[in-house]
Amino acid sequence: MQIKRPYLVELFTALALLLAPFVLPHLGFSPSTINRILIWGLFGLGFDILFGYTGLLSFGQSAFYGTGGMFAAYLLTEAGFPYVMLSIVIGAVVAGVVGYLVGLIALKRTGIYFAMITVAIAEVFFFAEFNPLSAYTGGENGLPGVPTPVFNLGFTVLKFDTDWTMYTFLAFWYFVGIVIALRIVRSPVGAILSAIRDNPLRASALGHNIHGYKLTAFVVAAIYAGFAGGLLATMQGFMPPDAFMFDTSGQLVMQTAIGGAGTLFGPLIGATVWLYLSDFFQNVLHLGPTWKLVLGIVFVLLVVFLRRGIVGAIDDLYRMARSDRKNTAEPVAASSEAKAAAVEAMPARRRDGAQTSGPILQATGLTKRYGGLAANSDIDFSVDHGEMRGIIGPNGAGKSTFFKMLTCEVEPSAGKIVFEGRDITGMGVTDVCQLGLTKSYQINQLFDRLTVRRNLMIAALGETRGKFKLDLFKSIRSVPGLEDQVERTAALVNLTARLDTPVSELAYGEKRRLEIGLALATSPSLLLLDEPLAGMSPSERVETVALLKSIARGRTMIIIDHDMDSLFELVGKVTVLQEGRVLVEGTPAEIKTNAKVQEAYLGGVHGEVA
Amino acid sequence: MPASDRIIINLGTGSGVINWANFISQCFNGLVTGALLALISSGLTIIYGTLGVLNLAHGAMFMLGGYAGWVTYTYTDSFLAAVVAGSLFVMLVGVVMERLVIRHFYTRPHEDQLLVTFGLGIVFVETVRFFFGSLSQTVPPPGPLVGITDLGFMIYPTYRLALLGIVAVALLTLYFVLYRTRIGMIVRAGIEDSVMVDSLGINVYKVFMLVFGIGAMAAGFAGIVNAPVVSIAPDVGEAILVQTFVVVVIGGVGSFPGAVIGGLIAGEIISITTMFNPAYSQIMLFVAMTLVLVLRPHGLLGQAGRE
Repeated sequence: MQIKRPYLVELFTALALLLAPFVLPHLGFSPSTINRILIWGLFGLGFDILFGYTGLLSFGQSAFYGTGGMFAAYLLTEAGFPYVMLSIVIGAVVAGVVGYLVGLIALKRTGIYFAMITVAIAEVFFFAEFNPLSAYTGGENGLPGVPTPVFNLGFTVLKFDTDWTMYTFLAFWYFVGIVIALRIVRSPVGAILSAIRDNPLRASALGHNIHGYKLTAFVVAAIYAGFAGGLLATMQGFMPPDAFMFDTSGQLVMQTAIGGAGTLFGPLIGATVWLYLSDFFQNVLHLGPTWKLVLGIVFVLLVVFLRRGIVGAIDDLYRMARSDRKNTAEPVAASSEAKAAAVEAMPARRRDGAQTSGPILQATGLTKRYGGLAANSDIDFSVDHGEMRGIIGPNGAGKSTFFKMLTCEVEPSAGKIVFEGRDITGMGVTDVCQLGLTKSYQINQLFDRLTVRRNLMIAALGETRGKFKLDLFKSIRSVPGLEDQVERTAALVNLTARLDTPVSELAYGEKRRLEIGLALATSPSLLLLDEPLAGMSPSERVETVALLKSIARGRTMIIIDHDMDSLFELVGKVTVLQEGRVLVEGTPAEIKTNAKVQEAYLGGVHGEVA
Repeated sequence: MPASDRIIINLGTGSGVINWANFISQCFNGLVTGALLALISSGLTIIYGTLGVLNLAHGAMFMLGGYAGWVTYTYTDSFLAAVVAGSLFVMLVGVVMERLVIRHFYTRPHEDQLLVTFGLGIVFVETVRFFFGSLSQTVPPPGPLVGITDLGFMIYPTYRLALLGIVAVALLTLYFVLYRTRIGMIVRAGIEDSVMVDSLGINVYKVFMLVFGIGAMAAGFAGIVNAPVVSIAPDVGEAILVQTFVVVVIGGVGSFPGAVIGGLIAGEIISITTMFNPAYSQIMLFVAMTLVLVLRPHGLLGQAGRE
């Protein structure tokens, strides 16, 4: 819905912001409550990009909210700086810089570690504000006397010193905030952020510097927080020290979860529910401090039963209603699914001066030891340009470890890997993918919550943009050649009819094809396929073998598989691994009759193939 | 709320005066603080290590222990009864919490687990506030442990001295349970590889419930034995939780020895910095955590790949 009418969301937001002051007071909202909702909503926009889109749950946003607000308030009160708006912007920038520094530390770890570190860091800010810096921040008294904004336009002077004029001021900035956030979310960076949330390992394997993008999201969230903090100071005429409290971070997290993470509007909706209920419980029901208990219980129930919050639930209902109508039309679409035999594979990358003959990849003395166990020892391996190479070997022969070393997912204990004349040993999976070497995984590594189209886009973006680029405000649809690359890859792996289906709804065989499609969309010059046929039915295998043949043109491929009949049909040369060493190398015909190979498998061949 | 109230496990006496006697007594304070933090962090870390759930309500468990003990004390006038009742009550809360809520979150993302335990923590804190108000409460130390003891080189409050012993015994008990019993073997195996334990035909759910109970009890026990030193209030758990995180990050998640060492380090940092300037104790703690993160990202005794 966002794709077809890009400005619809902005339009509705603007309308809602215009109507709110006429509607909400009748529902029992006071103007100051509405203003506070807008500030929380703005604060939450950045947090939602960090948590909802990138999957990084920070419990330390209070640090940036407080820092931005305190800095602006200090400028406006103690330092006597007269420009309100400029102070708020400076506060936001300072919060962004602080966010960058904090991010460098906090993003050293992910998951629960990240959550714990952000809590700890935010606590330090709290203590710093209260004590060592109290000369600047007013300690537990905060900074009173923050002026409201005044703009002298020459012909008239705009003052925002009443609740409703302040509303127009805040609504304007909320609107600016949502427009920017929407742009970020719809940019290539936004797509990569959601890829990081769903599968960071694959996102980096597709050539994206995920650490850089995570840090970007962290800084964006910090800037939003700092800006919201500055608005809070000018709205209240006072910068409260509570902004630094853990409760602030906690409330933001809860509001976002209640409203729905990953929706941008979730925090605003969550803040509306939260502040309304807290006003209602305190002022109407006179519950006193018990309101927090009731809200805590409501929150727990929501997390347990309504996983995607209020906005998520509305979205689900909408989709359910839509798919009811669509279901009747579905079978027709499925049967008309065309075979994509005639599609031309997109060419492999060509680099200036790159050779097109001779070895593309050379590994010498490659060894991997895990403690005392040698998974690979002293492997010499070379593949020529345009070759199709098969690798076989009994289970535990070290095939997957070998692949992981080639793609630089694991560092070899000894040995050297040269790709297109360049030593790539110890380079890292992201850089290697950027050079044109990538792998499809034995176990699907997809972005489950995204559509097939998004999945392929994320893969193709690595090639068009390099490993890190801050095109935060560029629409992903304006990336040249991206759409074409996606459509061609989809046609190749026969998923054109499924482009707009979320991955979680695909059948196993389709997921398997998408797995290959992801690797293919990076336009690799050397493609490694780790058991592409695993778990497929006989007819799917036939289709996939045909697919592999069609993508082989102009590309070098190395394939691991246990299905020897299919593999021998595909490749020109086979390397047999056994117990971490190269046993023998030769054409399929040679391998079939080789006594050593037969011995290695000891009849296991028949078992595996059958 | 003034900042000084929030440094809960801060046994600091006579801060600001810098001399040898003060230094030694601060080191002792650090040992007591550290031992308590070690105990609480062990609880958090064995739960995470075994169940894969970071319990953000762990601070609330500490607080609940204090309150359950205090309630028992007001009825029985017995400190021993308070300790026993406080610990058992928190263990029960842990078991029920695991059974009713946490169990349904094992297959959900980490973020959901954090959200729900965070929410439960709030519910616990606010429930206590609802029944007992926000005012802080005190539990006096048991009769024989009131007063001060002359150690020859310094005088030190008797109960704090005893507290060191009490917490050390608790840690040793936990060590014994983890390293010398069948259940402990399963827990440690689960920390290494929970899928494997599952496939060995061990009823992991029962073990999980028990581990959650024991982990919670460690915090609850610390909550009540610390009550004679620092008075209890509904939000005492929050600062404890933050310090526990620092301990776990320093020591390494899922590592019992890491929690103990991290706890002692954190305790000494807090106490010794307090001697110079209490305001910087949290900041120094953070500096230590940052150093560890930069030099050894997986913690002093943590293993790579566990997050």
